[in-house]
Amino acid sequence: MEDIRFTPGLLPPEAEALRAEVRTFIADHLKGYPGVKRAKSWSGADPEFSKAMGARGWIGMTWPTEYGGGGRSFLERYVVLEEMLAAGAPVSAHWVADRQSGPLLLKFGTEDQRRKYIPAITRGESYFCIGMSEPNSGSDLASIRTRAEKTADGWRINGQKIWTSKAHTAHHMIALVRTRPQDPKDRHAGLSQFLIDMKETKGVTIRPIRNMAGEQMFNEVFFEDAEVPADALVGTEGGGWGQVTTELAFERSGPERYLSSYQLLFELVREIGADAGPAEAAGIGRLAAHLSTLRQMSISIATMLERGETPNLAAAIVKELGVAYEQDMPGKAHDIAGISPRTGGGDFDQVMAYMTMAARSFSLRGGTREIMRGIIARGLGLR
Amino acid sequence: MTGTSEMANILAEAAGRLLEDHVTRGVLGAAEDGTWPSDLWQVLEDNGLTQPLAPEDRGGRGASFADAFVIAFAAGRRRAPVPLVETMAAGWLLGRAGIEVPAGPLALIDGGGDLTFKDGALSGVAEGVPWAAQAGHLVAEIDGTVALIPTDAVTITPDRNMAGEPRDTVTFAKAKPSGTGTLDLTATLPVARTLGALMRAAQMAGAMEGAVTLAVQHAGDREQFGRPIAKFQAIQQMLARAAARAAQARSAAETAFLALDRAGDDLTDAEWDVAAAKVVAGEAAEIVYDAAHQTHGAIGFTYEHELHFTTRRLWAWRGEFGAETFWAQDIGRRVLARGADNLWPDLTARQMG
Repeated sequence: MEDIRFTPGLLPPEAEALRAEVRTFIADHLKGYPGVKRAKSWSGADPEFSKAMGARGWIGMTWPTEYGGGGRSFLERYVVLEEMLAAGAPVSAHWVADRQSGPLLLKFGTEDQRRKYIPAITRGESYFCIGMSEPNSGSDLASIRTRAEKTADGWRINGQKIWTSKAHTAHHMIALVRTRPQDPKDRHAGLSQFLIDMKETKGVTIRPIRNMAGEQMFNEVFFEDAEVPADALVGTEGGGWGQVTTELAFERSGPERYLSSYQLLFELVREIGADAGPAEAAGIGRLAAHLSTLRQMSISIATMLERGETPNLAAAIVKELGVAYEQDMPGKAHDIAGISPRTGGGDFDQVMAYMTMAARSFSLRGGTREIMRGIIARGLGLR
Repeated sequence: MTGTSEMANILAEAAGRLLEDHVTRGVLGAAEDGTWPSDLWQVLEDNGLTQPLAPEDRGGRGASFADAFVIAFAAGRRRAPVPLVETMAAGWLLGRAGIEVPAGPLALIDGGGDLTFKDGALSGVAEGVPWAAQAGHLVAEIDGTVALIPTDAVTITPDRNMAGEPRDTVTFAKAKPSGTGTLDLTATLPVARTLGALMRAAQMAGAMEGAVTLAVQHAGDREQFGRPIAKFQAIQQMLARAAARAAQARSAAETAFLALDRAGDDLTDAEWDVAAAKVVAGEAAEIVYDAAHQTHGAIGFTYEHELHFTTRRLWAWRGEFGAETFWAQDIGRRVLARGADNLWPDLTARQMG
């Protein structure tokens, strides 16, 4: 059984100093931005906002300056992220590139790939999507069937991805595909990652899927003899599984894993007001108690990342707890101030309606609740 | 930073080893039957674990709350059937009020009761006082005045909580303290309640780690359908969820201990972290208690098995020094009084370095 500890961490003064700057920026850029748009949290996109963030140096903050990164600490980045999320800022356009694709390219990419792709990401002009899930491969990622075959001057890709968030707006996809047939003895072997230009590559078709909240967020992506150059390979041929595992650690550890429904808490507090009864106050108090402890745990992870550790088990625990919190928020809000939201209602109605539906995805994205608990169970020595 | 200082390491090592050696099943059972574990208390006192928080010139070790966390956590983890955490908290109160700390166990009286302090004497009734009959002295805090009262100055009616721990009714009839002092602190709640809740949150986190450990061990040993039940996903998922909540409770408690160190003379913000820790611990206890017993099956429901020494304490401690509802209402009212626009700025300001 691994020792599970979240040493309390405090954000250093230089990170706190940044907080005021971020708040001023948000106040300038998001004046009058409606609650229901803020509720989209890190699913709301605005390329102009992304470019403005890039201009401030708030994308790729921890990356080396030679590629346009900010050379700053994980804790400074943490402050920018949590302030953006708490304000419901539209950060989605660059989110995946900043959180996953950039770090992946810096860690496993070639020097040419870094020089070619990283600077545009930091400017907030280049957006990425992640091609992992397939129609028959969700949580069982090792079973993917999309394949890349070597050609004279590159690779030919055939197959299909699904649930690909933002594929319709992204400039690039980093796709996990099979470069060798499946080996029943080693299911994780023979997988590789490719960087695919989504705008220029022939044979790539994107078909949007509308979600139950009425949004077009995710897509099906078809590859039919899609030709990519030799330098589209990211990292080593056959080393995709290890790379993806590293990538997912970034995906599971951030403040977006407990703040996705913060706007509903905000609207709920506004709705209840200062003259609350004891049950309402207790309900709000419980939500606030969790908010503050989850924040501490999340900061603790950022501190571990800053020290160069890879806290995979701790990240899985924060995702398990944080996702349960943000997903349960609509139900708790209903317990405290039950309504049947109407489309013509005010901010509370609109945010409540949106969040009730959107929250269903929280325990699916980035590894399902059951996968997270499986990782924790392994840490406990149960499997 | 907790758990990393030299003092914390020394205390953690000593508390863990001594409690593991001395809190045997026999000691636990006997304590429930009314036998005071004097050997256990003596070894804790001799090793300087009972007064970490009192200043050195008042008979303590002058450790920080962050350093003392490990003792409270270990006390819960090992289910120490002595008023170790109450004595620690009472010693801090005495030290802050400039009162010499007597040797021996101290009984901490939960604040917010109906005790009055008038003309140099205490009157009223305090219920559920931990280990009053076993303590040499009681420590009460009434509106900023701390009083040290010898137990022979009061009437004690023994009572117990559902874990069989002494929780006595104490009647004060113009009881004369042997020492009084003033707390120069700003606080919105009785300080003894805040300290008691802080200690219970740490004990509960320790107890939850203990319950999860027992369940994980049992799941590995117990075979059904030809394999250890640990191999079943239903068991894995249930215990993973419980372990995550136990880790959350520990993190929240450690954060609250750290907040007390940073509070200085104004406990207002630290009260928030204590409240959060007690709420989170209580909610987690529900899940951990359920998962631990479900994993153990019928054997865990027997008196013979040791699980109940942990889980009954979890239930009892949830309600002591303010149940979740009390603390949740306190921070809920604060949040609502400040309004939605201040929620996030207040949260980040409170947890600032």
